[in-house]
Amino acid sequence: MAQSFAFTVNGKPVSVALDNEETPLLAVLRNELGLMGTRFGCGLEQCGSCMVLIDGEAEKCCAKPIWSVAGKAITTVEGLGARERPHPLQQAFLDEQAGQCGYCLSGILISAKALLDRNPSPTRAEIAQALDGNICRCGTHNRIMRAVAKAAAAMRAGASA
Amino acid sequence: MNAPLPGLLNDNPTLERWVSFPAPGKVTVGTGRVEFGQGVLTAMAQIAADELDVAMERITIRSGDTELTPNEGYTAGSMSMQFGGVALRQACADVRGLFFDQAAKVIGCEASALSVRDGKFYRNGVSTGQDYWTLAGAIDLSIKATGAGRRKAAGELKVVGKNSARLDLPAKIFGERAFIHDMQLPNMVHARVVRQPNRGAAIRSVDEAAIRRAGKGSIAFIRNGNFLAVVGENETVVEAAAAAAANHVTWQNDEAPMPSQLEASWLLQRPSIDRTLGAPEPADSQGHRRVGATYSKAYLAHASIAPSCGLAEYRDGHLTVWTHCQGVFPLRAALARTLKLDLSAITVRHVQGAGCYGHNGADDAAADAAIIALQMPGKPIRVRWRREEEFVHEPKGTAMVVKLHALVDEAGKPADWTTEIWSGTHQGRPGGGNPLLGGEALPDPLPLPPPSDVPEANGGGATRNAEPLYDIPAKRIIHHLVPETPVRVSSLRGLGAMANVFALECFIDELAERAGQDPVAYRLSITADPRARAVIEKVAQMADWQPGPPTGAGRGRGIAFARYKNRAGYAAVVVELTIDEEICLAHVWCAADSGLVVNPDGVVNQLEGGIIQSASWVLKEQVRFDNGVASFDWETYPVLKFSEVPEIDVSLIAGGDDIPLGVGEVTAGPTAAAIGNAVSHALGIRIRDLPLTRERIMATLLKT
Repeated sequence: MAQSFAFTVNGKPVSVALDNEETPLLAVLRNELGLMGTRFGCGLEQCGSCMVLIDGEAEKCCAKPIWSVAGKAITTVEGLGARERPHPLQQAFLDEQAGQCGYCLSGILISAKALLDRNPSPTRAEIAQALDGNICRCGTHNRIMRAVAKAAAAMRAGASA
Repeated sequence: MNAPLPGLLNDNPTLERWVSFPAPGKVTVGTGRVEFGQGVLTAMAQIAADELDVAMERITIRSGDTELTPNEGYTAGSMSMQFGGVALRQACADVRGLFFDQAAKVIGCEASALSVRDGKFYRNGVSTGQDYWTLAGAIDLSIKATGAGRRKAAGELKVVGKNSARLDLPAKIFGERAFIHDMQLPNMVHARVVRQPNRGAAIRSVDEAAIRRAGKGSIAFIRNGNFLAVVGENETVVEAAAAAAANHVTWQNDEAPMPSQLEASWLLQRPSIDRTLGAPEPADSQGHRRVGATYSKAYLAHASIAPSCGLAEYRDGHLTVWTHCQGVFPLRAALARTLKLDLSAITVRHVQGAGCYGHNGADDAAADAAIIALQMPGKPIRVRWRREEEFVHEPKGTAMVVKLHALVDEAGKPADWTTEIWSGTHQGRPGGGNPLLGGEALPDPLPLPPPSDVPEANGGGATRNAEPLYDIPAKRIIHHLVPETPVRVSSLRGLGAMANVFALECFIDELAERAGQDPVAYRLSITADPRARAVIEKVAQMADWQPGPPTGAGRGRGIAFARYKNRAGYAAVVVELTIDEEICLAHVWCAADSGLVVNPDGVVNQLEGGIIQSASWVLKEQVRFDNGVASFDWETYPVLKFSEVPEIDVSLIAGGDDIPLGVGEVTAGPTAAAIGNAVSHALGIRIRDLPLTRERIMATLLKT
């Protein structure tokens, strides 16, 4: 018997009907809503490829049952920005060429967004700590951390302008 | 008389597989090389833009497609630029030459009076109204390359050598459908395989009802011999059913690797195929001092961030497969053998996946999808491995034992050198006749090919970088290929180079210490190669290297050097670290000479990535066995985290070579050895077995 679950994704209200209330949010985003930006990496809440913002907090969603996010506000990487209007983080990642295979980047961008929302001037150590829940296997860590610092500076400059 | 064609162009002479002009203002460039995050397609576009004189923006890259692109075998071994790039340059030069001739004919002048800018022809600087696209209709690109086109000299290149933003990155930064995992075909169904524990294991029982209950939804079973898969429209249902299936399927003749097989030293007791390369062994020590040491490395996982994925559709007698593997042509051949289909009945197309770092589960996931597709004609099948499946069933990088012995003269320099290696193979790729995993479970699996390793002509497998590049009068390699390993093994980034360079370059430090010399000075004293000297001297300068004995105070620095395969890129690395029970990397410096640099920022990115991945291998990584592979997720196979990554400085040295030498693998060995040497410098004791985990450091400290 299908149940209905309502929440918002990137500011838009959505409602999905599912037989299984344990269906992970990641599977709903990808397979029901067609939002492929959030990646599957492990299904075990270990690697961070599936990081999304849930009511502003960065959380792994590959094992998060859909019932637990009913009524909540979800932000995915698609909600940050797009090519024609990039988020300062995305612009900084482009500027720093902060990626190799790029599979981890969606989750990292989300973790970085959550960090900058609570700490607009993070140190390298604070950035590293905020990204420790995300695995990058290619070894692009330093570029990624530089990009986050650069985005933070751009956002501070934008806020004071 | 033209110069001989570059090998890959000779193998794939049809020009239109390399370059075509599909619409006004557009250029399609074909390459057999595939992208997995190393930036190869961007570098290929730069090469084509330069040789054709067109803007980068006009170029669309077509890559890894058995119907459309050149066959370049595997994208591996840091050879894309060195071989594929050179072939593409010549193909573009030939095409450019054909257009010049045609333009001269149409305009009615000598070709030498013409120039081309962004695809448009100018006569003595004046626009002619002709361009590649107005002329394309009259030029037959289905002809073969001749090598008649003149490749530009290094000084004429304008795009090559300048930073170029990666073409593939925006899709990955904006969360677009960048990966094979994001592909959706109409009426596609999801599938997961219930993995056969090992070749020869047979299904005894399947509790289908229990598996269905675990899935909580509609699934079907696909069975062919001992190949068992769960399929259904709802991926969550299929995933849950597959995750539970291992508990509801019983096997006979299953075997599992045991903890006793974990240590690399287990290989020493196994039957092996033995050979000696190089100088004969001296009859006696010739009055020199004999010195030796034994090093080892553990089994490593590729541990791609994304589990492998493959799609397949069998329709009207034709099989189409989408894969992120490193070689679509070899995979097509392996699928034909496994599925008993003609090559012409199979198309294999590359779609980007996550970084693979060698032969991981990609080919096998594609084969899984193909096997299922043949049993469900007309239905597109998507197989995405589970995380546990990837860790347990991907081919591993083999454990190795490397025993070094040298005869040292009175000046403390090596007069005679032996590298003796025990290793599984580094060549398990399906292109070499090795089986696809799913094929092992089919009725009458194909016979296994005879044991082999990568030949020295291709850079060697276990023997890669086993010979020191230093000036030593007599050198030899004794290679023990151990055919039977506790787990399936194959190519992992750098193959044997990581363990060999770790051993060689740690041993060089040991010899330097015996000779009472500084490691940098000692290396320079036994190296005439100017490019080797240049990277060693440069990195020492970058790191402000100061000679000094081991501190024993928990802070150390180490240097190491290698020329990858002894014939490709040069890299020297200095590592500074601290040890307080656990190793903390403080800083890494690297100087590298990779010949002609196509995309400098891309090269630096690859070098940095190689350093960090190698550091992860050395500090943390080891596949564990405990009645099966016991490394099945990121907690049981930890890798380096953001907070553990050191700051890195990289410097590129132009070695005056106009051939790009590849950089993906050059830093792995030097980084491993530099860490080993820095640990020795910090503690005053030498640890010769990898990984250098906290437990191993504590155990070594307790012993001394």
